[in-house]
Amino acid sequence: MTKVTMTVNGKTVSKEVRGNMLMTEFLRDELHLTGTHVGCDTSQCGACNIHVNGANVKGCTIFAAECDGAEIATIEGQANADGSLNVIQQAFQDHHGLQCGFCTPGMVMSAAALLKETPKPTEAEIRHYLEGNICRCTGYHNIVKAIMAASGQDVSSIAAE
Amino acid sequence: MYSFEIVRPKSVADAVSALGEEEAQALGGGQTLIPSLKQRLAAPAVLVSLASIDEIKGVSSSGGAVTIGGGTPHGTVARDVAASYPALAALAGNIGDPAVRSRGTVGGSLANNDPAACYPAAALASGATIVTSNREIAADDFFEGLFTTALEDGEIITAVKFRIPEKAAYIKFEQPASRFALVGVFVAKFADGVRVAVTGASEDGVFRWTEAEAALSGDFSAAALDGLAVGADGLMTDLHGSAAYRAHLIGVLTKRAVTQAG
Repeated sequence: MTKVTMTVNGKTVSKEVRGNMLMTEFLRDELHLTGTHVGCDTSQCGACNIHVNGANVKGCTIFAAECDGAEIATIEGQANADGSLNVIQQAFQDHHGLQCGFCTPGMVMSAAALLKETPKPTEAEIRHYLEGNICRCTGYHNIVKAIMAASGQDVSSIAAE
Repeated sequence: MYSFEIVRPKSVADAVSALGEEEAQALGGGQTLIPSLKQRLAAPAVLVSLASIDEIKGVSSSGGAVTIGGGTPHGTVARDVAASYPALAALAGNIGDPAVRSRGTVGGSLANNDPAACYPAAALASGATIVTSNREIAADDFFEGLFTTALEDGEIITAVKFRIPEKAAYIKFEQPASRFALVGVFVAKFADGVRVAVTGASEDGVFRWTEAEAALSGDFSAAALDGLAVGADGLMTDLHGSAAYRAHLIGVLTKRAVTQAG
C-alpha cells in the first residue's frame, strides 16, 4: 500500500492505495465519484477520460499511485460554481449531444481538453480529437455539433440528421 | 491484475537501482503495459514508474538533430518538434488518440518495439541514436525482432537523438480499431542518401527496405520505385490483412511517402 495525496476537483484527498489500483477504481470506489464511467476497461472507449495536471488521460490506464501530487479534474467538477451546466454541458443538452449518456462524461472531458488547446476547432479537428471516445449509440454527429456550438461557432449550417 | 507495488524514483540513477530488484519492471506511460497487466501477461513485483524523472523529459534541437527525452509524451513531441522535424511531429500526433498521446512516451514505444508501432519506423529511417542509462545505441543495432531490442535488463532509454532529414514523410495505413499501423512507411532523405523504414509488416518488426533506398538515393521520386516490390515471405498475416496485401501496401505507401515528402 502507498499513501497518495492529490487534488480532485479542487479538494485535497489523501488515501492508502494498492499499487495496482487504477484511477477509475480510486475515483469510483474510494471517492464515490461515479461520474467517471468504465466502458471497456481496455483503453479503447474514453468514457473514463479525466484530466491529470490538465492533460486528457484515460482513467482506466493510469494508476492512482502515479497521480500522487497531481491535480485531477473529473466530470463532477465541470459544472459552474452555482451548479448550472457549463458551456460544454449546456451545448450537449441543447444539441442533443447524448442519447444513452454513458459516453458523455468522457466526451465532455475530451471536449474541454480540446477547446483549451484549440478554442475554435474545425469539424475535422473535432472528429480527429474524438478518435479515442466511442459513442455506442453512434450519436457522433450531434456531439460534434455540440462541441462546435460550445466553442461559439455557428452550427446552423450543420443539418440535424 | 496481479498485485504489485509502484515506486516513483525522481532520477535515472534511482530508477536504475530500483530496476535492479527482483521482478522489477519499468513503467513508462503505461499505455501498452497497463492493458497487458490487466490481461495478466506480466507479473512484476514492483513497477518502477519513470514518469517523475524530469531529466528524461523535453525536446531540444541543435546541429541538425533533435533530441527527445525518453519520458516525453507523444503529444508533447507532436507540439515541440513541429518546427524542427515536421514529419516526426505528424507521426507523434497520429499515434493512438489524444489521451494515449498524453501518457505514452517515445522511450516506452521504442523499448517495447511493437511490430506495428510508429516510432520504430521514425527512429530507423532517421538513423537515430538511442541514448540509454549507460550507453548510446545506433537505431540500426537497436531493433532485434518482435518486441525485442538491444536493451539489457534494467537499462532505461533516457533520450533519442533524431538526425533531421532534408525531406521526410511518414504514411500509415491505420488499423481502424487500434490506430496501430497495418503498414507504415517512413521515408527520410539526407544529403548522404535516403532511408526507408517499414513498420507493421514484418514478422521481425521494423526493417529497412534497402532496394527502395538505393533507387531513391539516385532519384528521389515515386517513379523511381516502379518495378520494385517487397516479397511476401516473412511478412505478417492476420485477420486484418495477408502477407501479400501487406507487401502490396509497402510499395504503395512508400510511393505516397516520397510524394508527400516532396
